[in-house]
Amino acid sequence: MLKKVIGIGSILALTIGSLIGCSGQGSTQGQLTGNLTSVGSTAMQPVVEELAKDFMSKNTGVQVTVQGGGSGQGLSAAMNDTADIGNSDVFAEEKDKIDPKKVTDHKVFVVGMGPVVNKEVGIDQLTQDQLIKIFTGKITNWKDIGGKDQKIVLVNRPESSGTRATFAKWALNGAKEFRGQGGIEEDSSGTVKKIVSETPGAIGYLAFSYFDDKVKPLKLDGVEPTNENVYTNKWKIWAYEHMYTNNNGKKKEIEEAFIKHILTPEVQTGVVSKLGYIPVTEMKVDRDAAGNIKNK
Amino acid sequence: MEQVTNLPNKKLEETSLAEELRSPAKKLIRIEQRGRIYTLLSAWILIITLFSLLFFITSKGIMPFIHGEITLQNFFSTHWGPTSAEPGGPFFGSINFILGSLMVTLLSALISAPLGIGAAIFMTEISPKFGRKILQPAIEILVGIPSVVYGFIGLTLIVPFIRNTTGSIGFSLLAGVIVLSVMILPTIVSMSVDTIQSIPQSLREGSYALGATRWQTISRLLVRTSLPGLMTGVILGMARAFGEALAVQMVIGNSPNLPFQLMKPISTLTSVITLNMGNTVQGTPYNSVLWSMALILLLMTLFFILLIRLMTQRGKQG
Repeated sequence: MLKKVIGIGSILALTIGSLIGCSGQGSTQGQLTGNLTSVGSTAMQPVVEELAKDFMSKNTGVQVTVQGGGSGQGLSAAMNDTADIGNSDVFAEEKDKIDPKKVTDHKVFVVGMGPVVNKEVGIDQLTQDQLIKIFTGKITNWKDIGGKDQKIVLVNRPESSGTRATFAKWALNGAKEFRGQGGIEEDSSGTVKKIVSETPGAIGYLAFSYFDDKVKPLKLDGVEPTNENVYTNKWKIWAYEHMYTNNNGKKKEIEEAFIKHILTPEVQTGVVSKLGYIPVTEMKVDRDAAGNIKNK
Repeated sequence: MEQVTNLPNKKLEETSLAEELRSPAKKLIRIEQRGRIYTLLSAWILIITLFSLLFFITSKGIMPFIHGEITLQNFFSTHWGPTSAEPGGPFFGSINFILGSLMVTLLSALISAPLGIGAAIFMTEISPKFGRKILQPAIEILVGIPSVVYGFIGLTLIVPFIRNTTGSIGFSLLAGVIVLSVMILPTIVSMSVDTIQSIPQSLREGSYALGATRWQTISRLLVRTSLPGLMTGVILGMARAFGEALAVQMVIGNSPNLPFQLMKPISTLTSVITLNMGNTVQGTPYNSVLWSMALILLLMTLFFILLIRLMTQRGKQG
C-alpha cells in the first residue's frame, strides 16, 4: 500500500513539475516556441536537415523535425495538414489530386541537373537533339556520335520521380524516355552515380551537387552545367525546390520564421551553396508552374 | 505477489481454517484472472491488427478496379507506363512484375533448396560435432545480417562480377537470384536441421540393423520421412524471397522487362512499390496501383502459408 502511495505521489509530482516547466518555457518573451514537422522530398532532406539545425541553434525554443518520404508524400502532407511543411521537387500544380489552392508555395532554393556519363565513353558534350535520341533509344552506341564503340546503357529514375520529370521536361523537351530493354532504374542519386561511374557506356542524370571526378558531366549545346548558367537560364535543366505550407494558418508564425530564415542571403550563400545547391536569391529569371520564363 | 509468498507464515487459527484456505485461493484466482486477461488481450490485439491490415490492404488494393480508374485488363497486361500520354494510356500493366517476383523466388529456391538440405544432412548425420560448433553459429549469423547489407554486397561484388564475366550490364535477374539464394539459405537449413533431428533415433538404428549403409539410410529413410518438414523450410524461404524488397531492388536493375532472360534487368512487385510509393500522391491511380500490387503480394504470402499448413498436416498424418 505504502509503495503505491509513493508511486502515485511521485507520478503526480512529476506531472506537476513538467507542467510548470512547460508553461515557464512558453512564457519567454519574443522567443518562438513549438514544434515544426517537415516531410517530403528525399532529395531535399539533407539540405533541410542542415537548415533546420541552423534555425534551431538560433531559435532554441523551436524543434524542427525533418523526414523523407518523397515529394508526393510531402505535397499530400501539406494539403491534408498532417505535416507543417511539405517538401517537394515539383510544383503542386504538376501532381494530380493535389489542390494548389489549399497550399502556399515557397521556393526555397534551386537545383541544377545535368546528364552525366561514364568517363570511358570519350564524349564530353552533346547537342540536345543527340541527348533526346539517346534517351528515346534512337542512338544506341557511343560510336554513332563520335565516342568509343560501346553500347549505351541508360540509367533512369522511376516514372514518379521529380528528377526524372524535370529532366524529361527541360532536357528532353518533354519526350518520353525510352524504357525497357537494357535500361536500369534507380531512385537514389548516390546509386545512380555509383552505377554510372562503374558501368561502361552508362549515361544518367544527376543534380549538380552529385558531380565529382568519378563521373563526367556533359556540356549541352556548348553550355556548361554551372550555377552561373542556371542563374540566367542558359542552362535549362533546373528546378525549384519547394516548401509548401497549408493555408489554414496553423503555426504560421514558426513556419514563416523558418522559411524567412532560409531565404536570408547568409543562409542562401552559406548552407545552401555549400551543399551544392543554387541560391534562389541569385536567380535572374523566374519560372512558373507552366514553365513560362520571365526576367526578374 | 508479496502477499501471496507471505501466506504460509501466517498463523492459522483452527476455527477459520476453511476460510483461510479459501481466501488465499481468492487472491490466487485474481492473479490467475489477471494473467488470463493479459494473455487474452494480447491475443486479441494481435488478431485485430492482423485483420485490420488484411482489410485495409484489400480495400485499398481493389479500390482502383471498383472506381473504374484501372481495368483488370489494363492491370494484367505487360505494358507499364503510368505517366504515359500515349493514346489508351496511362498503362498499369503489372504482369511483368508479378512474373518477376515469382521468377526470382523460384530460381533462388531451386539453388538454395538442394544446398540447404545437403548442409542440414551434413550437420545432423555426417558430422554433428562440426555442425554444432561451426555451422550452427555460422547459420545464425547469416540469419541476423540485415537485408540492406546483402544488397550492398550484391551491388559491389556480384553485379561487377557478372558485368565483367558476361559483358552485360550486371544488373540482372541473375544478380537478384544469387543475392536471394544466399539470403534464404539459412532459413532452409535451420528448418531442415530441426526436422531431421526430430526423427527418432530408433528409425536410424533399425535401418542400420537391416544392413543399410549410411547413405542408404539418409537418402531412402531420413529424407523421405522428413520431406514435409523439408518442403516447409523451402516454402518459408520462398515466402521470404518473395517479400524481400531492399536487397533485390539494389541489384536487379528495376527495368520493366519480362523476366525470361537471366542477364536482363527486371523488376519485382516489391521493387516497384518501394521505388514509387513516396513519389506518388495518395488517391491517384499511380498510387492506387501500388496498393493493388501490395494486395497481390499479400495474397501470395497467404498462399505460401496455406501451403505450409497443408505440408505440416500431411507430415503429422504420415
